[in-house]
Amino acid sequence: MDEPLNLVLFSGTDDKLQAAAVLTAGAAALGKPVNIFLQYWALDAFRADKIDRDHGLAPEAGAEGRAAVDALTKAGQTSWAETLRQAKDLGSVDIEACSLSMDLLHLEAEDLDPLVDGVEGVTAFYLNAGEGQVVFI
Amino acid sequence: MGVVEIDQLVDARGLSCPMPIVKTAQAVKALTSGSVVELLATDPGSIKDVAAWCKSTGNELVEQTSDGAVYRFVIRRK
Repeated sequence: MDEPLNLVLFSGTDDKLQAAAVLTAGAAALGKPVNIFLQYWALDAFRADKIDRDHGLAPEAGAEGRAAVDALTKAGQTSWAETLRQAKDLGSVDIEACSLSMDLLHLEAEDLDPLVDGVEGVTAFYLNAGEGQVVFI
Repeated sequence: MGVVEIDQLVDARGLSCPMPIVKTAQAVKALTSGSVVELLATDPGSIKDVAAWCKSTGNELVEQTSDGAVYRFVIRRK
């Protein structure tokens, strides 16, 4: 239980970020540390000016999937950003931006939501990951 | 049946996974050892989740009941 859960978030759609936030909060509740590495479109979704916007859904969701997600949202489902905030309050959750993706998107650290703890390269991510599983979403 | 004194109620009715567990973990964390939390949830996943969470964290699941719509759990902090 002491090995961290390591999530590499690549996709920036709300459904995949919601799934990642659920995994994170569950691990935090169990006392398992979580390292999150934000790449590409996932990093874009963590921009301070974008985090509360609609980020769409994965293509396989289709119209029915859209309606199902909208129904959950309407029923008061906690957003992925708020779920991550609560997970950080509860346990050890470190969220790092991939430095290559920062360059790609022309971002500076101050462009990111406070949920993001810092910027690092892939080597630092692997070092922190230790023997824990790495999950790519 | 003995009556267990509840120190804190966590009302997670209407909340979807993983919020019932997140709210419970937050409440338990803020209490002292031996304190008792009552959790109310409507998420059907909470039956297995609460049991798994208690097993993993060492907190005691004292009671688990359901009226069909709402699941009720009583948890004692280790």
